[in-house]
Amino acid sequence: METLLNDFSVGLFFWQTILFVVLLFLLRKFAWKPILNAVNEREDSIQEALDSAKEAKLEMAKLKSNNEDLLNEARAERDAMLKEARTMKDSIVSEAKVSANEEADKIVAAARESIQHEKMAAITELKNQVAGLSIEIAERILKDELSSADKQKAIIDNVVKDINLN
Amino acid sequence: MQVKKLVRTLLLLLLVSPIAIFAQHGNEEHSSGNHEVKTEELSEADVKAAKRKAYIKHHLQDSYDFAIWHAKGIEFPLPVILFDEGLHIFSSSKFHHGESVAESKGNFYKIFHGKIYKTDAEGTIAMDDHHHPTNAKPLDFSITKNVFTIMLMSILIFFLFSRFAKSYKTSLVPSKGGKFLEPLIIFVRDEIAIPNIGEKHYKKYMSYLLTVFFFIWFLNLAGMTPLGIGVTNNIAVTFALALITFLITQLTSKKAYWGHIFWMPGVPVPMKFILAPIELLGVIIKPFALMIRLYANMTAGHIVIMSLIGLLYVFTNWFAKGAFLGLTLFLSIIELLVAFLQAYIFTMLTALYFGGAVAEHDDH
Repeated sequence: METLLNDFSVGLFFWQTILFVVLLFLLRKFAWKPILNAVNEREDSIQEALDSAKEAKLEMAKLKSNNEDLLNEARAERDAMLKEARTMKDSIVSEAKVSANEEADKIVAAARESIQHEKMAAITELKNQVAGLSIEIAERILKDELSSADKQKAIIDNVVKDINLN
Repeated sequence: MQVKKLVRTLLLLLLVSPIAIFAQHGNEEHSSGNHEVKTEELSEADVKAAKRKAYIKHHLQDSYDFAIWHAKGIEFPLPVILFDEGLHIFSSSKFHHGESVAESKGNFYKIFHGKIYKTDAEGTIAMDDHHHPTNAKPLDFSITKNVFTIMLMSILIFFLFSRFAKSYKTSLVPSKGGKFLEPLIIFVRDEIAIPNIGEKHYKKYMSYLLTVFFFIWFLNLAGMTPLGIGVTNNIAVTFALALITFLITQLTSKKAYWGHIFWMPGVPVPMKFILAPIELLGVIIKPFALMIRLYANMTAGHIVIMSLIGLLYVFTNWFAKGAFLGLTLFLSIIELLVAFLQAYIFTMLTALYFGGAVAEHDDH
């Protein structure tokens, strides 16, 4: 301890204190403050970048899910449209079928009617011809029956006989 | 790749170089040692051992010259500044490595055991019964080897970090050297300051913590070089650092800190009276422990390494030499770790004391 105290140099202590304090203030102004500020700034910027990256990732996920939704919606819409088209087609086809049937029926009915008409016309004509022929035959028979006075007398006798009975 | 190799080689050279210097010293003592054997009538081995001990002590001590290679005399003088009835400034070359008396403005000074004493023109040092000089000591503010080293390292640290700070102006990504320094700064902030002081208050202490960390670490590393500039193994230096920690702790302390000392919350009243003086003593002991810890660790490390290197010259057996060489290398690497560790511990405990000073509530 005695040698320790004896070795203690006041001059060295003095210079050490002065030099150290000067060094402390110089370093504080020219080194530590700029360095620590820069380090802090960098750490902040890294943190910021990480945060923004995270945010971007979230945004991306959001966008992706949005896209997915849109896609799903579009798909659903397409399906709905296809379905609608199909039903429309079906209804159009069936409607067309119905209307065609109706038309055909109508045509068939019209044809039947006209056939009936023709038939009736033909029957009437035939009737007329038959009537004409009958009259002609009757005329010839009459002419033939009434050609002699005897015959005419027999007829009249016959008719008068009938009337007498009455 | 080549740079890496070069760095590795240099590091190895740096670790081995104290051995080389010792070798030079060993040769020198061979030639001069013979003279003393005759006069002091001691065995050659004793003289050698004494010389080695003196060399280690000298190596750890502060000095008025800056010796790059002591044995070869490659050194340069430093200014001596004394206050003794006026200011005396002269070059340390006047002492001729402590061998001659220096004269300045009519006063005479001589170096004795690494200290400057006021003497007469012949340089007589009067001794008391305990072999302590009784001569007057002038107030010594010389730029010694240690002061010079502190200056150099301070300039180096300032240059390094202000340049590193400037590199941030162009880009927020650290540049080449910054890649190494920045993790250390963040280490001090995230592992030392924030856990011990807390998110709320740590910012105002960061400058001091960073400065003290790098200051101690760089000076510890400088002490690892064979130049013998172990500044941190000097009690005056560690005392100054601990004193600043102590002052900052007291000046920034909050009410709860003093409450903890004088009226410990959560213990029975009689215990409060017992604890108060203990806690008050603790206020002084804490920085004192800081001072002693750093000083003792660095001094011990240097003494161990120097002693091991010394043993290399004691043993003539080559197996022993090899073993001690390996041990020296191993301990040098350990010392590199200790250099960092001591800086870390000093900063860590400083942060802990600051944390105690600004703690706000009694959550124990």
